[in-house]
Amino acid sequence: MSGNTAVFLAELTVLILAIFLGIEVISKVPTLLHTPLMSGTNAIHGIVIVGAILITGANLHSTLAQVVGFFAVVLASANVVGGFAVTDRMLEMFKGR
Amino acid sequence: MNANLTTLAYLPTIVSFILALKFLSSPKHARLGNQLGAVGMALAIAVTLAQKHFYGIGYAIIAAGAIIGSTVGWVGARKVKMTAMPQMVALFNGVGGGAVALVALVEFHEKAGAPGRIILNESVAIIISALIGSISFAGSMIAFGKLQGLVGDRPIVWRGQRVGNILILLIGVTAGAIILGGHSYQLISLLLIEIAAALAFGVLFVLPIGGADMPVVISLLNACTGISASAAGFELRQDVLIVSGMLVGSSGSLLTLMMCRAMNRSLRNVIFGAFGQIQAAGPGGASNEGLTVRATTPEDVAIMLAYAHKVIIVPGYGLAVAQAQHDVRQLADLLTSRGVNVEYAIHPVAGRMPGHMNVLLAEANVPYTQLKEMDEINPEFSQTDVSLVIGANDVVNPAARSDPSSPIYGMPILDVDKSKAVVVLKRSMNPGFAGIENHLFYEPETSMLFGDAKDSIVKLIAAVKAV
Repeated sequence: MSGNTAVFLAELTVLILAIFLGIEVISKVPTLLHTPLMSGTNAIHGIVIVGAILITGANLHSTLAQVVGFFAVVLASANVVGGFAVTDRMLEMFKGR
Repeated sequence: MNANLTTLAYLPTIVSFILALKFLSSPKHARLGNQLGAVGMALAIAVTLAQKHFYGIGYAIIAAGAIIGSTVGWVGARKVKMTAMPQMVALFNGVGGGAVALVALVEFHEKAGAPGRIILNESVAIIISALIGSISFAGSMIAFGKLQGLVGDRPIVWRGQRVGNILILLIGVTAGAIILGGHSYQLISLLLIEIAAALAFGVLFVLPIGGADMPVVISLLNACTGISASAAGFELRQDVLIVSGMLVGSSGSLLTLMMCRAMNRSLRNVIFGAFGQIQAAGPGGASNEGLTVRATTPEDVAIMLAYAHKVIIVPGYGLAVAQAQHDVRQLADLLTSRGVNVEYAIHPVAGRMPGHMNVLLAEANVPYTQLKEMDEINPEFSQTDVSLVIGANDVVNPAARSDPSSPIYGMPILDVDKSKAVVVLKRSMNPGFAGIENHLFYEPETSMLFGDAKDSIVKLIAAVKAV
């Protein structure tokens, strides 16, 4: 249990730092780029694909895990690919100026 | 790959995401940043596949899911029209939230049956990610439906709505809280009740919000998905999820607040205000009876524009709907070549997303220097000959300054009514998305050019050429 507590505390530390970092990095973004920003962060939370892959691959003896995991992978990869592609399309229009 | 090596291998991904956000601060590097983020994501996926040894069937399921999801995402992203971008972002946000909830469901199902069962901090994480992920999924789907015109765009309200919504949310939270009571309460049925309640809440809380407020809602739900992904990191013990999810959670929350501030409204007001309904329910504001509007022709407007010294173009959602951005640019170029000083006034919440107008006009290659933000351009209206309002309504409604009974009272607006003449391009006299009457249309200096924005501008271009 103490091992778990130590890991949890480390995770919590990282979480708190990430909160401040997120606020800090976008506080200077101009209104002009708010739409691509929303879309870009949208792509980044597609990182849940890591979770979707892990639960699908790691639970090989459970049909439920495989079926639900399959859908999780579908949704997460649509989030990742769609998110980055839409953002890229928006930003493409800002090039050269 | 051993656990420490995996954690190390995820670090470049985290760095790439931070840089992606940071580079978005300037149009120059923004695209590079996004591409960097995409590379980081690809790396994370590769590391994950190498992290554990899956059997063939596991890889096959993952590959099949990834191919289907990626194809849908790619085709959707490439085919969508620029004007439909907001609902596309809502959709991609929603599926992310859905994935988080499914991951939580599987994690719970697999671990709740195991001998050691689930330790406290992991079950807290599962409950939070299932709850927020489901709300985000359902809410985003309704936001998508509203923007796509599948669900009524107007606020939908009914009696006891707020209390009802809170009760439903409470059912979900309670079901989740019971799970924390101990190992014997770790029942899949409780988690399913929690998810069902969260889905219902997501639908019900977005339904009463009008189309004009959807940008704020999408931004809020985007932050929610980030937070839920971060919680998923705690249940799976993956730092990369914790950090990346929370980066989105905190930056998305800040962005949401910045958008509310631009409208001079609190987040609470946006979510519970049932915008537009206020006016419909009560008498609300002065009556328009006895007031008339002046309809004009493209030829008359062309003469006004051609002989003006200074013209300010005020774009709104109508411009996006009509896909008129290229024609507007052509008109502006034509006027500029005649020596008219042309600028664009960009209201922070014009359109359906923050920066929506900037994106559209950038697509039409309008130079940045001509795009002026509200605070910068407002003092200039008094020296402007013609303000050309193209499909904008609430952001130019003087009631926001003068009528305390108006639902938009206090929202900063573009002071177009201070210019010498105002021409409004509009389909009809229907009120805008917020459903509020606009007295600007009845002012003596205002004339209305009715019709589709694109048609009207094409006619204007021809008429200006003929002057």
